[in-house]
Amino acid sequence: MTGSDQNKAPGSIGSSIGNVRDQIRQPLWLLAELTYSCPLQCPYCSNPMDFANVKKELTTEEWLEVFRQARAMGATQLGLSGGEPLTRPDLVELVTEARKMGFYTNLITSGVGMDASKVAELKEAGLDHIQVSFQASSEDLNNLIAGTNAFQHKIEMAKAVKANGYPMVLCFVTHRQNIEQMDEILDLAISLEADYVELATTQYYGWAMHNRDQLLPLKEQLVEAEAIAHRYQEEQKGNMKIYYVVPDYYEERPKACMNGWGNVFLTVTPDGTALPCHAARELPGMTLPNVKDMSINEIWNGSDDFNRFRGFDWMTEPCRSCDEKENDFGGCRCQAFMLTGDPTNTDPVCSKSPKHHLIEDALERGRLEADKPTIDQKPLVFRNPKNSKLISGL
Amino acid sequence: MSEPVFTADSIPMLALGYRFQWEPAQNCNVLLYPEGMVKLNGAAGEILKRISEKKQSVADLISELKVAFDGADLDDDVYRFLEEAYNNDWIRPE
Repeated sequence: MTGSDQNKAPGSIGSSIGNVRDQIRQPLWLLAELTYSCPLQCPYCSNPMDFANVKKELTTEEWLEVFRQARAMGATQLGLSGGEPLTRPDLVELVTEARKMGFYTNLITSGVGMDASKVAELKEAGLDHIQVSFQASSEDLNNLIAGTNAFQHKIEMAKAVKANGYPMVLCFVTHRQNIEQMDEILDLAISLEADYVELATTQYYGWAMHNRDQLLPLKEQLVEAEAIAHRYQEEQKGNMKIYYVVPDYYEERPKACMNGWGNVFLTVTPDGTALPCHAARELPGMTLPNVKDMSINEIWNGSDDFNRFRGFDWMTEPCRSCDEKENDFGGCRCQAFMLTGDPTNTDPVCSKSPKHHLIEDALERGRLEADKPTIDQKPLVFRNPKNSKLISGL
Repeated sequence: MSEPVFTADSIPMLALGYRFQWEPAQNCNVLLYPEGMVKLNGAAGEILKRISEKKQSVADLISELKVAFDGADLDDDVYRFLEEAYNNDWIRPE
């Protein structure tokens, strides 16, 4: 998993299409997780822990059929993600066809597996946008977090992206291990002449949840990082746009996750499972419809999964009677389930939640971990097939 | 009020990474950009359509619009829209 889209607040994807909120319930955003193959092993990945279980990926023609159907239902944004989408040998063909259908095509990549001629080939195919993710600003830390020697190559690829006439969009996923490099991260972005920088925050799903004690930033780190980000925002005005996302564990209100369940966002996983968000597979009681068995229309409009948390009737208190429920839809269902055991509960990030202490407890556990001598700290568990099998008992 | 970005001679272009297109499912013109979309109203659509199709000065753009819309007095509206679109990062002068 290399893309930021799965690690930034999922709500931010929806809100970038926020101008079309009046047109509810069209799958405007199709996230195609083409593959779980990835040369990196980022411990903050939001792919499911048991990804090694998925053997059979959708074929080229099956993906194109997904694209066609979603496009006919109004999808305009196509995210090509994974895993590392560059490991799909048919990537150029998928881009070419998607672009012909009228999609705005976004490639979300680590840049590993790319070379300058591949960038040119994708440009020729009509790819609209490439987002290169970085794990940190320094070579050592980047390579440690990514579990590979990828840093110099990423720099080269970021330059190649720019040279091919793309806006350069860099994404840094921040957490306790790299957040203190905020100024180095932004200096790197300036030296690369980035047009947009997204300072995303780790979202605690999948592998990131497993590594949460080691990844949650400390309050004082956050205050410092935020001050630096805001200073650079001022200095770079009109030059480089910097998006800074506050980790939701430090918020008083939950994120409007996915801009509402089954509202604008559709994820299709490598094996063809359709999900209202990329983490929803982990929820109990999901029927997990597959695009090989049902049309996108049936899945989007008719499936139990996509209807499950639409509207407000499913809500429990305090959400049900809350006058802010239309702002945030009660937060994230997956987070509510992971932390409280019941996906209909209020996202405990909300200070009105009777379980808000779970968030405070998690931050406290993170601090205890950070205060230990390095030698006693829990090692990060890297996202790779071996660990996937080990942890999931496959 | 700050200096206007666009004058009669400037050539407005879509900003890098922006794409204009007609969306049948929305029944309107839209601007697409990295991970986002803006729905355009009729007037904005007419102006941005021309900017996306042809490199021309603001003066020429206005003449073209006047022909299309029966000589309507739309100079001020166009200039106002261009500044607004610039502030939204949708367009830039060449």
